[in-house]
Amino acid sequence: MSADFRGGAARAAAASAGALALDIDIELPLGNFHLQCAERLQMDGVTAVFGPSGAGKSALLRSIAGFEPATGRVALGDDVWLDTAAGVRVPAHRRSVGYMFQDARLFPHLSVGGNLRYAARRARGGAPSFDDVVAALDLAALLRRRPSALSGGERQRVALGRTLLAKPALLLLDEPLAALDSARKADILPYLEALPAQFGMPTLYVSHAIDEVARLARRTLVLAQGRARAFGPTAAVLQRLDVQSIAGPIEASVLVQARVTRHDLHYRLTWLELGGQPIATPLNGSLAPGALAQVRIRARDVALATARPTALSIRNVFAGRLTELVAQADSPFAEAAVDVAGQCLRARITRAAADDLGLAVGMNVYALVKSVSFDA
Amino acid sequence: METDAIWLTFRLAGVTTLALLVLGAPLAWWLARTRSAIKPVIEAVTALPLVLPPTVLGFYLLILFNPEAPIGRLWVQLSGDTLTFSFEGLVAASILYSLPFMVQPLQSAFTAVGRAPLEAAASLRAHPLDAFLTVAAPLAGRGFLTATVLTFAHTVGEFGVVLMVGGNIPGETRVVSIAIYEQVETLRYADAHALAAALLTFCAIALLAVYAANRKFPTHVG
Repeated sequence: MSADFRGGAARAAAASAGALALDIDIELPLGNFHLQCAERLQMDGVTAVFGPSGAGKSALLRSIAGFEPATGRVALGDDVWLDTAAGVRVPAHRRSVGYMFQDARLFPHLSVGGNLRYAARRARGGAPSFDDVVAALDLAALLRRRPSALSGGERQRVALGRTLLAKPALLLLDEPLAALDSARKADILPYLEALPAQFGMPTLYVSHAIDEVARLARRTLVLAQGRARAFGPTAAVLQRLDVQSIAGPIEASVLVQARVTRHDLHYRLTWLELGGQPIATPLNGSLAPGALAQVRIRARDVALATARPTALSIRNVFAGRLTELVAQADSPFAEAAVDVAGQCLRARITRAAADDLGLAVGMNVYALVKSVSFDA
Repeated sequence: METDAIWLTFRLAGVTTLALLVLGAPLAWWLARTRSAIKPVIEAVTALPLVLPPTVLGFYLLILFNPEAPIGRLWVQLSGDTLTFSFEGLVAASILYSLPFMVQPLQSAFTAVGRAPLEAAASLRAHPLDAFLTVAAPLAGRGFLTATVLTFAHTVGEFGVVLMVGGNIPGETRVVSIAIYEQVETLRYADAHALAAALLTFCAIALLAVYAANRKFPTHVG
């Protein structure tokens, strides 16, 4: 009995620490390639599955949910959903996953309230209350409406609410914003950002939009051609040049964490601190001094110098060390990575400039940042 | 008026339609979702009564239902009555004869519903029967209406199979179409006129109801 108790306590502790692991080792034939993915994902908050269209992202999610005849193994913590070797294949309706589809898939014959109650009636213990979910997603005004009378953004809000009400152990969001225009996206993103944590559901978030991934996900799994190419903390994964080459024509940029030091109302600037060096950004009053802000710096806004420049309009100059330099013969540009106090900046300069300056990995350089933008 | 024949006809059509709802819906569901290699075979067999002359179907059923044949003998042992020239035999024959009128509209309705809403239901923990009853069936409502009315009306109008399997026993197998045939054979044209007009009116109203409902019934797309 005491052993039982310890086991339960350990599990509870693990859950509260967010240490629930999703074990995936699956194979699925997909048109012209195989989805083949073996990863152990620590499900802590939102984990992104990122990659170009056709990389097998949705197929991976559908395999986890039990909608595809994948073979191999899928387990969430101690809960084994698929183990082909042991003859285990738990059908989709008995896997505790909530799936939010790109096209919402509300039941058209039920009202919004009917859709939500459909989920609530079939929920497991510990499910959030109907009223809490309706309030959190601002659905009260929609309850009597038919799904056909909703806008795309409203549909996705209802779909998210329906999924939350079922209280799944794992939330799978399959490009929930892909069908929306950017204004609608901006409406939904805050909900996607706040609610999985608020209702205590670890989340896998599929997207091919790097800004969504950077904003929402603590960790990112990169998928290309049906294979996992990288997994780790989002900022680190998205900085890798090999990941950026997989991801296709995305704009090279980095996310850095910087602490807010003060607001300068006269010049309308917010000052941040990155590795002991100040950065000026356009004033952002929503950030309190002392808070950690996520800042995006695009490679094309970063120049490099081998000596600290003076008499320059660019205010943000960082001393760092060149850690990576990739030049391709068929491109005029070279991509460089600079380590600044443990954070990585990326610079896009011409190959000609790189040769003129005699840049080489390991050199001390100065990164000149022309502009930065806040990322949430 | 042939009230016995009319009552028997509606009883036959009603029982047949109920039986086909129970048997045909699962078959249509399976046909709409299977990727099995034998699906075309089952589809072809299901559609056979559409093209087969009713006398051919009736002839084979007569041979199958014969008390000397295995199926006919089994029925006699179970029920003490023969399948040939009995109401039960007519029901069995009508189920086969009207099968495509139940299965085909339902199959296309289920195909139109597709997998997407059922995946959504499964992700909300609805087990397959739950998902069928609460999602697939309501979304296929128009298909159910069409299939039910067509099956009923088609059974009301059947003649050849009844004649072969059931004969002309008043109160047992003498349905409206048989009665009309007999009235014409015996030159009772006035009686035939009355009954024929009644049947025509009924079938026209039934079809009109289906098409009118199809226009008004929400389609639930998207």
